[in-house]
Amino acid sequence: MDKENLVALYRQMVLIRVFEDRAAEMYAKAKIAGFLHLYNGQEAVAVGAVSALNPDDDVVVNYRDHGWALARGSSARAVMAELFGRATGTTGGRGGSMHLVDVKNHFWGGYAIVGGHLPLAAGLAAAAQYLKTGRVTLCSMGDGSTNIGTFHAALNWAKLWNLPVIFMVENNQYAMGTHYDVHSAVPMLQKAAGYNMYAEEVDGMDVMAVREAVCRVAERARRGEGPSFLNVVTYRYRGHSMADPDVQRDKAEIARWKERDPITRFARDVLLKRNLVTPKELEDIQKSVEQEVEDAIEFADKSPEPALDTLYDYIYQQPVRNMQIAGSLIRPPTVAKDIPTNGKHA
Amino acid sequence: MAEITYREALKRALREEMQRDPTVVIWGEDVVAYAGGGAYGVTSGLAKEFPGRVRDTPIAEEAIIGVGIGAAMGGMRPVCEIMTVNFTLVAWDQIVNHAAKQSHMFNGQIKVPMVIRTPNGHGRTAATHSQNFDAWFAHVPGLKVVAPSTPYDAKGLLKTSIRDDDPVVFLEHLQLYGTRGEVPDEEYLIPIGVSDYKRRGKDVTIVTWGRMTMESLKAARILAEEGIEVEIVDLRTLRPLDLSLALESVHKTNRVIVVEEGWRTAGLGAEIAASLQEMAFNDLDAPIARVAGLEVPMPYARNLERATLPFAEDVVAAVHAMMQQQY
Repeated sequence: MDKENLVALYRQMVLIRVFEDRAAEMYAKAKIAGFLHLYNGQEAVAVGAVSALNPDDDVVVNYRDHGWALARGSSARAVMAELFGRATGTTGGRGGSMHLVDVKNHFWGGYAIVGGHLPLAAGLAAAAQYLKTGRVTLCSMGDGSTNIGTFHAALNWAKLWNLPVIFMVENNQYAMGTHYDVHSAVPMLQKAAGYNMYAEEVDGMDVMAVREAVCRVAERARRGEGPSFLNVVTYRYRGHSMADPDVQRDKAEIARWKERDPITRFARDVLLKRNLVTPKELEDIQKSVEQEVEDAIEFADKSPEPALDTLYDYIYQQPVRNMQIAGSLIRPPTVAKDIPTNGKHA
Repeated sequence: MAEITYREALKRALREEMQRDPTVVIWGEDVVAYAGGGAYGVTSGLAKEFPGRVRDTPIAEEAIIGVGIGAAMGGMRPVCEIMTVNFTLVAWDQIVNHAAKQSHMFNGQIKVPMVIRTPNGHGRTAATHSQNFDAWFAHVPGLKVVAPSTPYDAKGLLKTSIRDDDPVVFLEHLQLYGTRGEVPDEEYLIPIGVSDYKRRGKDVTIVTWGRMTMESLKAARILAEEGIEVEIVDLRTLRPLDLSLALESVHKTNRVIVVEEGWRTAGLGAEIAASLQEMAFNDLDAPIARVAGLEVPMPYARNLERATLPFAEDVVAAVHAMMQQQY
């Protein structure tokens, strides 16, 4: 990778970090409601993985998806506006934090039912195989999703049909608050071995390691060698969501992982060590990112809420006759004018 | 016009659409070789006709639907067969949380043009294998739900469903697969969301669908001998619900019975009755009546199974009761 691209990886990670910190602030100010799952600590995973893919490869992830959307090219404005529930958001305020999407960038969405998106990823890969598009599907998930039925059903199917899909576990070692040793009976790689699937363990705090691993397995998939499995070991600095007081994790454990922070480590061990940037340039990047996120917040805050008359849009792609007689579709939405907006929820 | 079975009509629809569109595939449990193709024979022979396009899958309904959704997102038109409606429960998350949500939640960016074919039904198979979930599917915004009663409707509606850009739950019925009816050789389509008169009459309106359309027609023949002429509205589509013909019929007969196979409480009959009385209260000469399945987990014993399900005689009894009442 040349200097420009390496610096771009750094900038993306910083953008995600600053974006998440500011999102937490906006949540505290009740600008954002519902559930908010932050990506702090895991930045190297999305940034490294996306940098290894072609622009038309398909990406499907879980609800901890802000970093993925930003890495895949959604603007900070659109993502922040979505968190604010505004018409200018990635889904016009329909999906919120957990359901970002950007299909033009082949980002097929954040999915919030644990494990629910794994079969969808296999299906996207099945379509790529059947239609001979040459695309690879990258499916990211948490370690908590590796015990549910769809995980096993999707891995079995992908191996059986030799599908071009990468199952990537962002193993932050906690399913909400439950540690891996309490939620899983076997080591992670053994789960892939059960389906005789090519697997690697990756340092998820090292953006280059993630990038190289995804490059390797994407090439395997493009050569027709089928699915693979990456156990990307990482850590999230904050609780499961903003609703999580994070009392169950050992503070010393969090501190230990922060010593391996992917952003400072990449700056120190790669960018500065190789004299690719000066400390001043890193400061400038930090400032420009802070400005970009501040601008996104202003944009989101000024954006209108979605128009009420769009409420029924896209329930169906293809309207059918007699839709107007279908119960709820006949009635225009009626909403009180003075409802509190963006109220904070538990 | 040839008389063919409901099963054969479905197969012809699948064949014609596969010939027409190379992105149409059939995925499901035992759809290739078992018993010639399909647990109930609907896909028999298609795997040979369309190599690589009819594929057996693991017994993992959540993946059959989920992989189908993903493939539909990726540009295909999969027809996913779930062997019986009972097993759709394993895939309920995929159907409700994923198939039905994609288009609206992602603001139109994602479409899911897939068909989920599955039969309701019974046949001495006891509680876990003898169920009807029409109302469950019809409850969900984002799904289109179709339940044809005749070979003619089955063929025309399946072809339309495959061409539709939304997820369609296509509810067949085990007891209908062997029934026969006229189906033209030339191509035709039946639109989703349009109900149909299956019999004209002046005395009582029966609103029904699926297997109960056939039982209602049997009941109508018995009642005709007594001089009672029932009108039968076959909904054909359960979401969106087209009550326009039912409404038209009520204006004429002033009496309605909703006939459904599933459990009565919170059934589709309740929705239909409520909607009709909202729209036509002043036309009604009697409270809207319901014929439905008894609310018990289906027993295996022959006599108990029969007692649980509604048949023509229950429809006849309901019509008699309604005609005898003075209001």
